[in-house]
Amino acid sequence: MNVLTRRRDGTGSTRRILIPFTRGHLDKTVLDAAIRIARAEDATLVPAYLILVPLEFALDAQMSQEFERAIPLLEAVETAASREGIPVDARIETGRTPTHALERLWDAEHFDRIVVPAPAGREPGFRPKELEWLLTHAPSETVILRPDPTLRLVDSVS
Amino acid sequence: MAPGVGKTYRMLQEGQQALKDGRDVVIGYLEPHDRPETSALATGLEVVPRLRTTHGGLELDEMDTDSVIRRKPALALVDELAHTNTTGMRNAKRYEDIDEILDAGIDVISTVNVQHLESLNDAIFEVTGVRVRETFPDRILDEADQVVVVDLTPEELRDRLRAGKVYPGERAEVALDNFFRQENLASLRELVLREVAEDVEARRQTQSLEPLVQQAVAERVLALVEPQPKSQRILRRAWRSAQRLDAEIDAIWVRSGDHQPTEEELTQLAALRRVASLLGIHFLEVPGDDLVDTVRKVARERGSTYIFVGTPDERRRTEILRGSLLSRMVRELPGIDIRVIADRALREEAEE
Repeated sequence: MNVLTRRRDGTGSTRRILIPFTRGHLDKTVLDAAIRIARAEDATLVPAYLILVPLEFALDAQMSQEFERAIPLLEAVETAASREGIPVDARIETGRTPTHALERLWDAEHFDRIVVPAPAGREPGFRPKELEWLLTHAPSETVILRPDPTLRLVDSVS
Repeated sequence: MAPGVGKTYRMLQEGQQALKDGRDVVIGYLEPHDRPETSALATGLEVVPRLRTTHGGLELDEMDTDSVIRRKPALALVDELAHTNTTGMRNAKRYEDIDEILDAGIDVISTVNVQHLESLNDAIFEVTGVRVRETFPDRILDEADQVVVVDLTPEELRDRLRAGKVYPGERAEVALDNFFRQENLASLRELVLREVAEDVEARRQTQSLEPLVQQAVAERVLALVEPQPKSQRILRRAWRSAQRLDAEIDAIWVRSGDHQPTEEELTQLAALRRVASLLGIHFLEVPGDDLVDTVRKVARERGSTYIFVGTPDERRRTEILRGSLLSRMVRELPGIDIRVIADRALREEAEE
């Protein structure tokens, strides 16, 4: 119990696993896999919702609708991870594109591993070109997870 | 209205007048644009030295917000409200620096061009073909006590450009053929006049409300955070509630006097400041050895009506000696709603 408490406080582990998601979509199977990796590595999970800001707005413009999409998703990830005893340290980041937002994120913080969902059919989320970029530019070990196409996809959690 | 119409000049005129009236006036930041008349008008006004920063090998000057606040004048003149600060400054935008100065009880006169107003961004693009990157939120205009339009006819402004009073020679020629085309300036002028007319109408309607009624219904949220991951959740929940209440929101970290943040805490603080900035939350770092006492003072100063706090992580000994944090808050913060943000995963765990 003590171990669990310490991990919930976020002070018991130092490895950080980033799981970025965008365009209002996070696949549940990918999340489950990220949680399994975090548990195996005794790491903190950092779910990061990447908000795409159109050029006509400043990068720190108040994108209220996007925040409204992001917050329940982050809450859902936090709940799912905390239930498994995994410490969570969520983020929201903005950028012109998902890759721009990711760059801003890892410029500010260190991550030991990045777990990214691959595109699944017509679901929103990362696009193949963005994943290609990620593989050549990410500063940490990167895992791209392809969700099981036979499973139902969850694109928002209320 | 647009570059070169004389906004900085007008701001300095107001500053000189305030000085004559006996007010304590300083220049927080001035962009003289190499215009001799503008520089001359600044004579006699105390200037708070700028902060020298370096970015990408370049040395850049920014407003030294802390020095302005420490100097505590009655009025600060701060040029270029829409300016984006150098990376690494506490605030990304100058209007956030201005918010801090206003929060310290200092009046501010600032300058801005209409094309930087966020809600007009599309309209500006349509009429000028120029997509303005540096924008500022409309609330800044809404919150201003007064908005003064520095108006100049397009012909006069183009004459000023030709005379080299706005940009030097070659740059002026390019500007005349692009952004400063007669039709662009006419459209910008129309936009700004319409915007201010709407602002005047909105103020007239707001002022007709009984001030006491406004005070009674206005909500202001205060989120108590610590440099810990769980504070991200507190900020998010507080923001959602503030959205529903149409309320302003502050976040506060009470740093005990002798506490030096660890590296991990500094990372967490930076992340909290970042999300606060994105969500439009005013982030306050206040020293204090007694959390409840400090929060009580800040809540009174900010007019907070609703406090968000995480589940306290207290030592039993402290609870016995001083009473639990929550019971002290309820006792010592009368008239303020308090909401404890719990970890929902714990609820499910308890049910199992």
